This record gives sequence, C-alpha cells and structure tokens, in this order.
Amino acid sequence: MLSNKSFVRKTRHGKVVKVVREHYLRDDIACGALFCPTCDKSRAKLRDTALNIVVIDTNVALHQMDLLENEVMSDVVVLAVVLEEVKNKNLSIYNRLRTVIDNPLRHFFVFSNENHKDTYIKSLPTETPNDRNDRAIRVASQWYQHHLGAAKVLLLTNDNDNRRKAREDGIVAETVDSYVQTLGKPELLDLVARSDAMDVDVEDLRPNKKAVVYGEHKVMSEITAGLHNGRFHQGKLRVNRYNPFEAYVGSESVGEEILIHGRQDMNRAFDGDVVAVELLPQSSWVGSEVGKIADRDDEEEEEQVGLVPASADDAPREFKLEDGKKAAGRPTGRVVGIIKRNWRQYCGSIEPMKMPGGSGGTVQALFVSADRRIPKIRIQTRQIANLIDKRIMVSVDSWEPTSRYPNGHYVRTIGDIGDRATESDVLLIENDINSRPFSEAVLACLPPLPWSFSEEEHLKNHAHLKREDLRHIRIFSVDPPGCRDIDDALHCTPLPDGRFEVGVHIADVTNFVLPNLPLDVEASQRGTSVYMVERRIDMLPKPLTEDICSLRADVERLAFSCIWIMSSEAEIESVRFTKSVIKSCAALSYAEAQARMDDSRMMDGLTTDLRNMNRLAKIMRLRRIERGALTLASPEVKFEIDTETHDPLDVGMYQVREANMMVEEFMLAANMSVAGKILKEFPSCSLLRRHPEPTPQMFEPLLRTAAAVGVNLDISTSKALADSLDLAVGDDPYFNKLIRILATRCMTQAVYFCSGELSYPEYLHYGLAAPLYTHFTSPIRRYADVVVHRLLSAALGLSSLPEQLRDMPHLTSLSDNLNYRHRNAQMAGRASVELHTVIFFKKRPTDEEARIVKIRSNGFIVFIPKFGIEGPVYLVGKEAKGSSGSSNDGMWEVDDEHQIIRSTDGSRTFKVLNTVRIRIEVVEPQPNRQKLQLTLIM
Amino acid sequence: MTTEYVSPEGLRLDGRRPHEMRHMHAVVGVVPSADGSALFHMGNTKVMAVVYGPHEVSNRTHQLHDRALVRCEYSMATFSTGERRRRGKTDRRSTELSLVIGQTMEAAIMTHLLPRTQIDIYVQVLQADGGTRAACINAASIALADAGIPMRDLVVSCAAGYLNSTPLLDLNYQEDSGGGPDLVVGYFPKLEKLSLLQMDSKVPIETFEKVLELATEGAKAVATFMREKLLENTKTLASARGHLKL
Repeated sequence: MLSNKSFVRKTRHGKVVKVVREHYLRDDIACGALFCPTCDKSRAKLRDTALNIVVIDTNVALHQMDLLENEVMSDVVVLAVVLEEVKNKNLSIYNRLRTVIDNPLRHFFVFSNENHKDTYIKSLPTETPNDRNDRAIRVASQWYQHHLGAAKVLLLTNDNDNRRKAREDGIVAETVDSYVQTLGKPELLDLVARSDAMDVDVEDLRPNKKAVVYGEHKVMSEITAGLHNGRFHQGKLRVNRYNPFEAYVGSESVGEEILIHGRQDMNRAFDGDVVAVELLPQSSWVGSEVGKIADRDDEEEEEQVGLVPASADDAPREFKLEDGKKAAGRPTGRVVGIIKRNWRQYCGSIEPMKMPGGSGGTVQALFVSADRRIPKIRIQTRQIANLIDKRIMVSVDSWEPTSRYPNGHYVRTIGDIGDRATESDVLLIENDINSRPFSEAVLACLPPLPWSFSEEEHLKNHAHLKREDLRHIRIFSVDPPGCRDIDDALHCTPLPDGRFEVGVHIADVTNFVLPNLPLDVEASQRGTSVYMVERRIDMLPKPLTEDICSLRADVERLAFSCIWIMSSEAEIESVRFTKSVIKSCAALSYAEAQARMDDSRMMDGLTTDLRNMNRLAKIMRLRRIERGALTLASPEVKFEIDTETHDPLDVGMYQVREANMMVEEFMLAANMSVAGKILKEFPSCSLLRRHPEPTPQMFEPLLRTAAAVGVNLDISTSKALADSLDLAVGDDPYFNKLIRILATRCMTQAVYFCSGELSYPEYLHYGLAAPLYTHFTSPIRRYADVVVHRLLSAALGLSSLPEQLRDMPHLTSLSDNLNYRHRNAQMAGRASVELHTVIFFKKRPTDEEARIVKIRSNGFIVFIPKFGIEGPVYLVGKEAKGSSGSSNDGMWEVDDEHQIIRSTDGSRTFKVLNTVRIRIEVVEPQPNRQKLQLTLIM
Repeated sequence: MTTEYVSPEGLRLDGRRPHEMRHMHAVVGVVPSADGSALFHMGNTKVMAVVYGPHEVSNRTHQLHDRALVRCEYSMATFSTGERRRRGKTDRRSTELSLVIGQTMEAAIMTHLLPRTQIDIYVQVLQADGGTRAACINAASIALADAGIPMRDLVVSCAAGYLNSTPLLDLNYQEDSGGGPDLVVGYFPKLEKLSLLQMDSKVPIETFEKVLELATEGAKAVATFMREKLLENTKTLASARGHLKL
C-alpha cells in the first residue's frame, strides 16, 4: 500500500516549498512476539512468559531511561514513532535506548508502526503533531491488544490525557509510578524520574506559593526569532572548572566568549548545554573586578589544589586584561533559554543531613556532584540510610524556575565514600571511561591461546603480506620499568660504508584486530588505554596487550617495521616500511639502557647499538629544535605504590633520561615518516595529528608573568619562542624550567583529524614544528595507531583499506571520538594522581619549597615542583574576605603589572616566580570532601 | 550523527526494504499525435517520453547514409521539483542526460535498417524524486516500442546506491542526496548485456560489484514489468483492430 506524506518546508533561501515523500505501508512487519501464531519470528523478542507486553510512550523513554535500563523492564515494545521522537529530542537518550534494544537479554522490540498498514495514521486537520503521535501510540497499542490478546498489553504513559483517552479506547494504561509499584520492588521507585505530570496528581496547584528563583526560559519560537534578529546569541555553555559561578558561552555572532556571571544569570543551564544568551547592557559588563581566587561566598566554593595543568585546555581561564579593554570589561550576558540540554548522569554523594526518624519513608536530599561545575541536585529517596555514606550516581529530570536546585533521581550506588576503589571508579565514570571487562563476543575474536609464531602460518600462508623475516637482527626495546605492553622495539646496524640502518618495529596489532569485528569495534570505542596510578584500563584484552602483541624479549613477535638508512649525520636517506617478524634480544628499562650507555667498560654489540642510536638521536633532536620544535616541560609525578595496600608510599618527579629522549626521537621520526607515506597515498582520508598554532592571546598570561620578571619572550613563531625560551635563564637553575612549564600551559592539545577536512597548512604540528605528524608507534594502547597501521598497510598494497576508513565523515567522527577519549583518559589519569596525592598527604603533612606562578588579589597561586601540584595560598583570611567582599582589606596591595603583592606596612613582598615555603596538608572543610590545603609558612 | 538511511529494523526512510523498488506504473501511447509515447512512474518520479520517426532528416547535412540519426532531448518541467524554476534545455545536466539517454537508445535501435532517416526522442521529467535517468530510459524504451521502431532488445534501466554500508535499490531523492554512490545501469534483458554504466563516486571494488549486481537485478525486474505492460498494450491494439477476441 502506498501513501504520500507531504509537508511544507522552508529552504535555505527562505522560500517555502512543498515536499512530497512516498511512504510505503507494509503487511510484512512482525509484531515481535515469540508466541505469535502469524508473524515471522526471525527477529522476535517478546516472550510468552512475560507478565506484560509493555508499550512505552515518548516521554517515558525520554525521562525514565534509568528505569528502562534496569533489568526489571523487559518485553517492551518501542514504537518507531517513539524512537523517532526520542532521536529528535535527545540523541544521547536515543543512543542509550538503542543500546538497550540491541541487548538480546533485555527483550526490547522495535515495532515499525509507521510503516505497518494497520497502525499508520494520518494526522487529522486540527491535530498537532504531538497529539497525532500520541494517537499513533494508542492505535499501535490497540493493534497489539487485538493481535496478542488484550490482557497482555500495557501502555505506560505519564500523560494524564493520553492515559484517559487510551482507557476510553479500551487499552490498559498505567503510569510509570503505579506500574513500578506493582513490580513489588520498592527500591526501584528511586529510579523513577519525577515529572510534572505525576506531581499534578498529588500536589494542589496553589499559584505563587513558591518564590520564583530563576527567570522563565523563553519559548523556542521567541529564541529562534531572537537569534535571527541578533538579540540573542547561541552557543555552548562552559562552566569554569575553577569557579562554578562563572561560565562562558563561545558565540560566533559576538566573536568572542560571552561571560555569564553567577547562577542567577546562568539561569539553570548546565555545563555543555547549548543556550541562548542575551547580552547585558555594557555598563554592567564585568570589568577588572574578576580575578580573585574564589568569587562568591553564597556557597562555600573555592579553587582547589590540584595537579599542574598540562595544557591550555586544563588551565583555568584567564581574562585578557588589555589596557584598552579594561574599562569596557568583557561582554557579559545572561541565559534566556536552553536550546539543548546536556544532562547526563553525575557521580557524587548526598549532602550530610540530619537523619529523619524512622526509615522507609520518602526523604528529600541534596546531592553534591563530584564535578564542581554541576549544581547540587535534589533527589527523593526511600533508602536514605543506605545512601548517606555512599558515592552514588544521579540523573537530572527537571529544573523549575521556582526551585533553587534541579530535581533528579537516584540511579545507582558506586561504593563507600573514601574507599579508594570507589573513588577511582567515580573518576572513571565521570570521565566516561568504560572499565567493564571485555564481553564474550570481544574475547571470541582473540586468536587461540597460547599464541606463538609459526613460519608456516605467518610467512608462507600469508605471502601477500610480504612479511620479512628480521629475526636475525639485534632488536631490543627500551621502556619504563615494569612495562608489560611493549609496543615498540628498535635496532641500529652500522653499515660498512659508515651509514646506519635504523629500524623502529611496532607491534603488528592489526594482524590480530581485524576491521569491524567486535574486538575492533570495542577498541575503537575505548580509543585508548587509560593509565591510573594503581591500575591500567586496557583498550585491548589482556592476552593481546601483555602477550601476543607485546614485543617481549626472546620471543618471536609480529611487527610492522619502519626502516631507514641514515647517514652518520642522521640524515634520512631512504625509508621503507614492511610487515616483519622479529625476535627482541632484550627488553630494557630506561635506567638499564642509560646505565649501559654510561658504563664505559661495556663494549658488547647491544651497548654499541645503543650508543650509536643515542648519537644519532641527539643530532636529530638538535636539528628538530633548530627547525623550531619546542622543548616544553610538564612536570610529571610518579608514585611509588605499596603493592599490598595500594597506598602511595612516595611521590616524586618522573626522571627523564637521555634514553627516554632517544626512544622518543625515533618514535617521532617514525610517526613523521608514516604520516608522509599515508598522506601521499590517501590525501583525503588519512588520520593525522595536528597541533594548532596558539593565538597571541593565549600567550598573554605567560608574557605578563615573563615581563614582570624581566624576561622578554618572542612568540611570533615557534622557532622564535624556542630561542627566547632558551635565553630565559634566571639566577637559579629551576627558573628556565618554570618558564617552560608556564609556556606549555598556554598551548592547546594536539588533536587527531581527517586529512580531507583541512587544508595542508593546517596539518602543522606546532610543538614539534613538523608539517605532518601522526601516531603510529603505540597501537596496543591507542586506537589511532591501529587506524594508521591499516592506512599504511593499504598504502603499501598489503591489504585493502576497510570501507569506513575511506569514508571522510566516518573518519571525522572517529577522530572526534579518539580526541574525546584521549582527553578523558588524560583527565582521569590526572585525577587519579590528584586522588593519590590527597591520600599521600593525609598521613604526612609536609613543608616544601614552592614557586609563585600567579598573583591574585587575595593571595597567590603556587607551584610545588617536587610534587607537581599547584594551588592557591590565601593571604587574606577567609573571615576577612567574607565580611567585606572587597579584595584587599587594606592589608595587601597588588601590583598587577609587576605581579607583586605586598603588605601595606611594607614588611612582606611576594613577587611572581619567587620561592616561598609552603605547608601541604589535607583538610576536610565539609564531610566527604577532603582536599589539599596550602598555607604559607611565615 | 549521520542519517540512518536504513534503520536497524531494516526499513528505509520511506518504508521500503533495501532490495525493494518503488512502485512502477506505465501507460503506453499517451500522446496520440506522436508516433510513439509513454508515461513512466517510478514512485514519485514521473517521466513522459515521446518519439517521432523514423522520418526524413530535417537538416540534410546531418543525414547519415548508412543508418538512422537518433536525437534525444531531455528536459525537466518547471514544476517538476518542489521549488518551481524555469529550467533550460541547454544546461550542463540536461545536455549530459540528453546524450546519455540518446546513446543508450541508439545502441538498442537497429539503426542500420533505417538509413537516411531521423528518430527524435523527447523525454520530459514531470516530477523528479531521484532516479530520473533510469526512469527516462525506461520511458523512452516503451515509447520506441510504441512507435514500432526495430530494436535489438528492450533497453531497461535501474539505479542502485550504497548507504549505511547497505546496497540500496532505486534511490529516491532523499537517499540520492545522502552522498553515497549512485550507480545507473542500462541493460538488455534478453541479451543479458549492459549498455550503460554510470557512477560518479569512488567506491571499493567489492562494494561496486555488489551495487552493480543489485542494479542489474533491479533492471531485470523493470524488464518483466515493461514486457507485461507492452504485451497488455499490444493486446488492446490487436483487439481494437479485430485481430484478437478478448
């Protein structure tokens, strides 16, 4: 049967056109019930044993996803009309719903009601699309009742009107609440999101009973009109990580970021929401008053002590206080409407409260998120006693203008507060890291264990791979101590004519991870391995990570090799790539390799190779620096962990040896060579890595600090910057490193991208001063490298390129995911270090030397080199700050230009980059919120 | 997120399954004043073809002494798309399509039997919803048959594409705009030979083979339908002339 859908649509040029689309109605759409006598059962999922066949409406899907994800909900029919509406309204809910549907254990069935001849309906002349869809849901439920017998089918809807109409049509309809009650599991009720429709039943509608806390959001049509005529500006809201009362909206229409100040003006927007912003009159723009360490005191929030930011992405936002702009301030606005919510599930704990007498009753509690950018969330629970000392996960349901806090509901418990495993899990969840064990389907993709190299199998049977036998070459690996996932090995053979054959051998992961199998899909979603202080979350299952792919010593392993012929002056004369089989003769640690090179008595072949390589690496490094590569510094800390208790025993800076730099140099060279090769072969679909050139504004804080201490930095090119950084030598040895650390955090991070999306000059890797760069050398722990391996293999004609990798949009979305995962992995890693830092200092308050990196109006920010941590030191007591609100309280004066803070009586002066002594200790200002505190030792 | 051209339930945006064609509809002899004519619908794509000839060559200099001259003119009606726009017959697209259709038809016509004559084929798109190229060839084929012009075989055409890693038969406009490959074949069903193969995008050879096979299968289905329609028409004509008692 055929029907035409027609509707009118506005074109880009503003013309109104009528669009007519065919819409085929079918008679072969199965109902999906395993017990249905007539329909095709090949995809059927709904079981005979089920108590009810539940049909859900759109709002149930949108708001009760946490309940739907719970396994008590099964044998659910999801109508196509519901799916479509969910997809249009909230893509993340749609993806979650799809995941549930795809899970064979859950028995969710999608019924394409819109294409079924009996359930498709045309909208009536006076009907709104919403009413039409509601009717479609009822018609489909009715059809199911008719088809499967009336007793079984149950329509779940929280909409009173819809429920009434459904009952009139003879459909059994229930609210979610009453349905869950019939299941006899009271704890599930916590999962049910509270919605307005449900409140209507119980609450009387006394108008103006509640005070309106926030401004009403404008309706969508008004927002659209406002955006069109330039009154409103659209953008993604980003809450300041260091001050949750400040947010920024990057707006293209204004050209710079709009500042939103205070919860009132943020008007119920969450971090990541797409919002419409109205600019405030210029007179009320925020000027120079900002810049205090902590801003408001209506809630106790202040800047935290934490790890040193590794790049501009982690660093607190800085205001550009150029002289001209000082008076005008920055564009400041307020949120007038929310275009798209970015609500997700949040981890945190219940705010400590007095326990109500008796148990089992419903209690309102405030939830405090671990992510400081998220406001407190009000939840209702019947199990408060169980939750009070737990880390829990909570979803947001709504935020009414009359409510100071958003409403949410409990999702699940993670574990006890303060328990290290729980806190670690919180970090993983907050950073969206999948730490679940690998599924059966993924593990089924592994080769049979134990795996070993066989000549028959890998050299003869797969002759098309032209795998070279390099087992006779003296290959070795150099890695951090205790490294189990060795993905690179090296060799360096002197040639008779004085040149060198240098090889980098990378684990041939793509030999085991075949495209589009579950293993590959899982790895592409995980994107990277995550290194926490006490554990590692692998991208690939353990047998691959630690054994089959790992280039361990004295076993034959498959590799992908990049082999150069280099002159004695480290000029690359030729390069070739080949699949190979290698046998590493030694797996050295950096320290071991260094010791061998330094020990002049050792003259064996391996040591000579190491020395040769080191010599070449030094020349290559020098040449790279001459080209303008930056030597940046980011202080990395390393914990010594007690093997039994997993408590940190000692902490110190990660030591960088020559051996580290040697390995790094060859990895860089391999990555650059590979980048050139794959780009030549696949100009539009290569996966490369670029590091955008920082804008002059981004260097602003660095330049100000440098100027204050009398150092002049030239930021015109990376070369100029590198040179001036070299010249920035102060009176003490650490000065230069400190400047470099400050420079590092001015830069953004390097990102993966698809070569077809950008033009050649944009491929630049600024930090390395390389026109082309990619990641090839760590396929065991990074998925980008797996992709690059496939590209290289296809470029060499050894295999064909999987179809998705030729597809630019797919590659772009893949690289977006990799960037996201990469960043999250780093954040989680840093957070893990921070967590362990707190655990470490809890038992041992320490006095340590620190350097001032920034002057603020009520104190300064210090950096403690030994532990790599950074945080605020308050000169002004909290009481004083709270009472007056003005910045200096007459005791301290700030000289912004010279970055000096001095006491008014002139007795004490602190200048940026000065050394001070700091006491580090752990305090607990609020229960369950331990944090590091830094105090000045006078 | 990219558009789901095929839902996980296996339905396309318009409710078809990947291997299904749109509804076809054909009327033979819609313009009585012409020598041959046909209306051909492929879903919402509606095309009319009109054939004049064989007749004397209008411009003597173009006359071919050993075979017939086949000319084809493709045009789109002003009202054929949602946005009404006057369309020329000489824009790049029209010129290209005129040539493609003309050459495909010429390959089917036994031109050597009709030396020093001219055959004019006019195809006009009345409504466009993807797959106009294939619909035009099919319409022209029926019109030529209606005109009684000797042909080696019926030439039938069908398009196929590839979206969401699925080969799709007979793309509509929405799917056509999806950015995937769109492959058109012209096919002689009796001779089992291809006379036209067009595709403008790069696809891996394995994919190409799958899509080509699907398009050919589609063309065979079109041929069956077309034969039915022509036979029906012939029967009507025969009975009108009293040769056949219905």
